[in-house]
Amino acid sequence: MITLDDVTITYGTGSRALVAVRDFTLGVAEGEAVGLVGESGSGKSTVLRAVAGLIPYATGEITLAGRRVDRRRTTAERKMAQMVFQDPYGSLHPNQTVDQILAMPVAIHRLDRGEARIAQVLVEVGLGREHRYRYPHQLSGGQRQRVAIARALILEPRILLLDEPTSALDVSVQAEILNLLSRLRRDHGLTLLMVSHDLAVIAHLCERIGVMSRGQLLEITTATAMANNQVTHDYTHELLRSNAGYDRSSVSSGELDVAAG
Amino acid sequence: MTDTLLAVRNLSVTYPGDDGDVRAVRNVSFTLGRERLGIVGESGSGKSTTGRAIMGLVGPPGRIEADELRLGDTDLRGLSERGFRKLRGQRIAMVLQDPKYSLDPVMSVGQQIAETHRSHLRSTNRDARSVALEMLQAVHIRDPERVYALYPHQVSGGMGQRVMIAMMLIAGPDILIADEPTSALDVTVQTQVLAIMDDLVRSRGMGLILISHNLHLVSSFCDRVLVMYAGQVLETCAAGNLAEAKHPYTRGLLAALPQLGNRRAELPQLQRDPAWMADLA
Repeated sequence: MITLDDVTITYGTGSRALVAVRDFTLGVAEGEAVGLVGESGSGKSTVLRAVAGLIPYATGEITLAGRRVDRRRTTAERKMAQMVFQDPYGSLHPNQTVDQILAMPVAIHRLDRGEARIAQVLVEVGLGREHRYRYPHQLSGGQRQRVAIARALILEPRILLLDEPTSALDVSVQAEILNLLSRLRRDHGLTLLMVSHDLAVIAHLCERIGVMSRGQLLEITTATAMANNQVTHDYTHELLRSNAGYDRSSVSSGELDVAAG
Repeated sequence: MTDTLLAVRNLSVTYPGDDGDVRAVRNVSFTLGRERLGIVGESGSGKSTTGRAIMGLVGPPGRIEADELRLGDTDLRGLSERGFRKLRGQRIAMVLQDPKYSLDPVMSVGQQIAETHRSHLRSTNRDARSVALEMLQAVHIRDPERVYALYPHQVSGGMGQRVMIAMMLIAGPDILIADEPTSALDVTVQTQVLAIMDDLVRSRGMGLILISHNLHLVSSFCDRVLVMYAGQVLETCAAGNLAEAKHPYTRGLLAALPQLGNRRAELPQLQRDPAWMADLA
């Protein structure tokens, strides 16, 4: 459904160009959920943005449903892959009601039955009719993230791109959103590509997990292998160790030393 | 002096709102010795406000009431801003979440650390500088001379948080309050920053309050944990026994966490019981 073949993504041009992602190759089958983990600056969000068509890529090839895509996309290509961002406080227009926010993609894509679509998608993400004419500031963080998911879902995409969809949320709300995402994936046969720094969150939704560091894909492993500590890279081991909680004995004093960049 | 560094009894913090008063913290009681105490809770549970109240950082229109709020032998109730300014840094210090926002952007990080030393211990510039360099070394920065001259935008998040810790500990406080000290950092850097804080707090025999929303982190780092909900402490337990917590809220939160190696089709969602708030309304 999604393939990235030897993709390199750079920011800037000429001598100031920064290679954010280098020679990245990954395939995601239809209906599969794949996660990317890595530290900040590792390029995981950049990959997602390139798949969404928000940024161009320099070399290589990205295909969606077998067709090569670039930054310039047809309406149909845009409709196919929709994205949900990390911060529902920042990604919703503060001066638009939920109704207006959801009506926008319907209008842009010239879909019919806008009314019915909005009503239906609100039900699907677990929002009541009373939320439809509210502004984002009148909603809780979890409700806002539901609106962001509804906005992606209203176009009936086949691919959902998730950039840290729960890291701005409390644990109890995170569980609700994760449950919602698994249900939507099942009901709609969605293909998911998700980015998070939280291994447990990624492993909950995704079968396969790619580990990124400094713009490169270090390894592709599975949630099960992660749980059984069957990973090859040192960096992945370190991620697992940190994920298990704090253990003073796991860090030697020598490891604590840092020098200024 | 006894080993109780901080005693808090029936602390309440109230903010006036449009629809009546909002009680952000309700009758919170605890004591802190030379230990690592964790405060966990979701957003709005009052965990940060509790920390700010102890630091004297709840300004008007917020109101603080307490039967007891005592730092060593100093009564913090009704202490003036001037009185607090003396305590902050010297007796009790606070590390906040994001070093980007808590460091002064137009002053080199070394100068900021030295300033704390100068203002509390009335030291000379030269002495303050040399102690600041020692502190940078104590937080495991290998080339302190070079980092001393850097500005906050020139250091990474992990380095910035080390600088914050150095600044907070330079005047030798008894208590360090760390409010989500590692939430803005990458997981691998988190462990390092926590280890540095841990080592320093232990070797100096300080008390530490770690405020966080992260149950794993708090239970693995601290000795004792307070669980807060809607401004109250719902339960207190030994950190190692958090998994056997009794309160349905704590149990619900733990169950709602996705776990590596225990994949469930559906995560149990937390059902909030109004009774959790009723008794302390």
